[in-house]
Amino acid sequence: MSLDTVTNAEQTPDSAQPWAELGLKEDEYARIREILGRRPTGAELAMYSVMWSEHCSYKSSKVHLKQFGEKKPDSTAMLVGIGENAGVVDVGQGYAVTFKVESHNHPSYIEPYQGAATGIGGIVRDILAMGARPVAVMDPLRFGAADHPDTRRVLPGIVAGIGGYGNCLGLPNIGGEVVFDPCYQGNPLVNALCVGVMKHEDIHLAQASGAGNKVILYGARTGGDGIGGVSVLASETFDATGPAKRPAVQVGDPFQEKLLIECTLEIFAEKLVKGIQDLGGAGLSCATSELASAGSGGMRIELDTVPLRDNTLSPEEILMSESQERMCAIVEPDKVDRFLEICEKWDVIATVIGEVTDGERLEIFWHGELVVDVPPRTVAHEGPTYQRPYARPSWQDALQADAPTAERLARPAGGDALKADLLKVVGSPNQASKAWITDQYDRYVLGNTVLSSPEDSGMIRIDEETDLGVSVATDGNGRYTKLDPYTGAQLALAEAFRNVAAGGAKPLAVSDCLNFGSPEDPDVMWQFAEATRGLADACLELGTPVTGGNVSLYNQTGETAIHPTPVVAVLGVIDDVTRRTPIGFGEAGQLLYLLGDTADELGGSAWSQVVHDHLGGLPPKVDLERERLLGEILIAASRDGMIDAAHDLSDGGLAMALVESCLKGGNGARVVVPEGLDPFVFLFSESAGRAVVAVPRSEEVRFNDMCGARGLPVARIGVVDGETLDVQGQFTVSLAELRDAHTGVIEALLA
Amino acid sequence: MTTRVGVVTFPGSLDDRDAQRAVRLAGAEPVALWHRDKDLHQVDAVVLPGGFSYGDYLRCGAISRFSPVMDTVIEQAKLGMPVLGICNGFQVLCESHLLPGALTRNDSLHFICRDQKLRIENADTAWTRDYSAGQEIVVPLKNGEGRFVADEHVLDGLEAEGRVVARYATQGAAADGFGNPNGSYRDIAGITNAAGNVVGLMPHPEHAVEPLTGPTTEGLGFFTSVLKQLVNA
Repeated sequence: MSLDTVTNAEQTPDSAQPWAELGLKEDEYARIREILGRRPTGAELAMYSVMWSEHCSYKSSKVHLKQFGEKKPDSTAMLVGIGENAGVVDVGQGYAVTFKVESHNHPSYIEPYQGAATGIGGIVRDILAMGARPVAVMDPLRFGAADHPDTRRVLPGIVAGIGGYGNCLGLPNIGGEVVFDPCYQGNPLVNALCVGVMKHEDIHLAQASGAGNKVILYGARTGGDGIGGVSVLASETFDATGPAKRPAVQVGDPFQEKLLIECTLEIFAEKLVKGIQDLGGAGLSCATSELASAGSGGMRIELDTVPLRDNTLSPEEILMSESQERMCAIVEPDKVDRFLEICEKWDVIATVIGEVTDGERLEIFWHGELVVDVPPRTVAHEGPTYQRPYARPSWQDALQADAPTAERLARPAGGDALKADLLKVVGSPNQASKAWITDQYDRYVLGNTVLSSPEDSGMIRIDEETDLGVSVATDGNGRYTKLDPYTGAQLALAEAFRNVAAGGAKPLAVSDCLNFGSPEDPDVMWQFAEATRGLADACLELGTPVTGGNVSLYNQTGETAIHPTPVVAVLGVIDDVTRRTPIGFGEAGQLLYLLGDTADELGGSAWSQVVHDHLGGLPPKVDLERERLLGEILIAASRDGMIDAAHDLSDGGLAMALVESCLKGGNGARVVVPEGLDPFVFLFSESAGRAVVAVPRSEEVRFNDMCGARGLPVARIGVVDGETLDVQGQFTVSLAELRDAHTGVIEALLA
Repeated sequence: MTTRVGVVTFPGSLDDRDAQRAVRLAGAEPVALWHRDKDLHQVDAVVLPGGFSYGDYLRCGAISRFSPVMDTVIEQAKLGMPVLGICNGFQVLCESHLLPGALTRNDSLHFICRDQKLRIENADTAWTRDYSAGQEIVVPLKNGEGRFVADEHVLDGLEAEGRVVARYATQGAAADGFGNPNGSYRDIAGITNAAGNVVGLMPHPEHAVEPLTGPTTEGLGFFTSVLKQLVNA
């Protein structure tokens, strides 16, 4: 095949081009021709196709995502906001923290191990590119039914991939979620979060400026893996009859990434880069166009200097390749030698592939011939925007009307029935211990892990002298969001906020991964519009800005979309990590208090799913003012030593929280159902804005005074004691029986 | 004069900073050693840390064993310098033939991270003098290829010479950290050379040195042991 140069494109305006195969729509192809004033070359077409894909351009979602900026709360903590590789938050003492959650859903279904592994690799490079040392990862995961045969293929591979990559990188995995629901059968969700730490002055941005500065590509050689990953995989619905898409999944090399991290941090320490960008989705197309677009605009690249794993790759393929473990840096000429020296020290291949120019165009040459000549903004930042139609689904009213009332779903009556339902919930895959999964992840490496799964949040010490730390929790409940997308998204934020506060940290900022079905379906688009509106409103009210994140659409098989699943990550800061509050009831004799109000709210609950396989009604109500107050109480109580344990109430209600806190701490509990409350509602309701805490007797008066003065309803419900969970007047169950029900469930299904 | 304990960083070492922290908390001065540098910079003892040196490619520890620094470590170890290999470091010591046997894939075929109960069998090595024989401790264990194997003859020799330093304690509940986590022959978690200066250990004592971040502080004894040995020498 002859080379398609710019000259050739000008001379052959009518050559047929494979724009449809590359995932472009007809009007998008026409627009590219209009921008360039000619047909694009093959290499240009490749670049536009990946950069204008749904995954890279957010063309369906950006009209809604705008709200995160428009409704941004006043926060002095934000140092870098949406639009960069990741947002950056000030956590005090000169430290800045960057964090982001991203999806790697589609590749992980096709090839679970590599899909999940490279999901970790990608998010870690995003964090690194901001100038930060990555310090922890987390994985919010969603799978199909736990007993479905394909889950046995998907889950062990994904878990092994996350462990295989993350463990080898030396990053502790400190939390996340594992949720099973048949709606994710053909579309598992593999989200990955990374947290990084730096000093304020070390923040780096992805921009290329200063004519004459060199463009250095370093890290792994470029191969044929992952070509079209973003356009083919992440931006289309799976089709049962289509060809296998495995070649579009990238293959990871965590050892190379570890070297890249250490090498890059040493380069940062010597202040050798002007701008930096990682190579992820859309590879070199993305890195060169984004760097040039965010800088002064001009860049010249000699594409044939790119080190290759496969010498037969065409320029189009090199531009589209998503080979992992690569970074692109902009370096002043007099610093190039030192830059290359550090790369050599770490056995990292580094090559000058071009330079920043005076012009405003991105020019890419292949053996001396011009194959790309484009205004970089049109590739990177001026992709198409869609106003997709959306409408409240016709079935939404019926779904909400099907409330789990006592008439509709039989409720357990009497102690024996309550105990039986409790054991069912405790032993259900969603509520059971996830130790079989989390024990495949290293939670100790780096030596700063203060809290990790199954705690409410993951907490990391960031300064060994001052004990400053940060914590992160991720939450998202697809069942709630299906019932009411606006409220469901707010509940996801409320729960993550509460989880961070329960550990003793002050919530500061949000990152979100919005997992939805096809944007071409008005029902799905309505869910997306409602969920983003709900999340933006709630972030404004709680004062926690969205710093960045990711949208994953087309999570559907045929006509069936997943439950709308916004996964929300909240980052918090804690001045003294030695004050953190764990979930376990560690000391007999301490008093148990239930904070917040309990109402009859079972819509979307764990109980309705496990016992009745039912989804209907409305999710629990959200009261963000209450969430904020509860958070303040939890943080103050932790700081002032008034509580020794705290656990947020969410899936499975108080019953599940008590079981987890008893098993974690190795102590039982004796509780009394408060006057006027139905025992079933007391145990299984999922009303938001609640937590259970263990208060030392010496602190009881002080704790009560604080809650009373602040107006938070509290009820003393019992005491930490013995080897059983005793709900007085109802039932008693031994910790041994609870542990038997709670452990071994996942491995029995999957190992 | 402070005691200097070197911690080698190979490409892919992960727990090197943690080993340095443990050395510091034990009261010695940690010295970072680089795999390409043959010079041990006047250290009194060396720790080969955990991690995935060279990605564990080919075979765990097989490539690191040929690093320039290892020439000097092997030479000094034979002259009596205390050397502790933790996890990947243990694998490097076996590949270097400073210790017998090999570490292979866990019998579960999964990576495992847990708080592990160990029984100290030999409290006379350079790295275990602060323990007593038979003492049980809990330290983190995290490995994918931690199954200690050797032929019967070698195992019998190790037992006869008292060179099993620590075993996985199995007489108790899994929830309390008991059990053989990886199928190691004879529950062996760590061994020593005949002279008692070179110790390889699969679990991670450097992650049990602070109450805040570890399950216990019972791992600190490995680092205080060597310090006392060196100060008394």
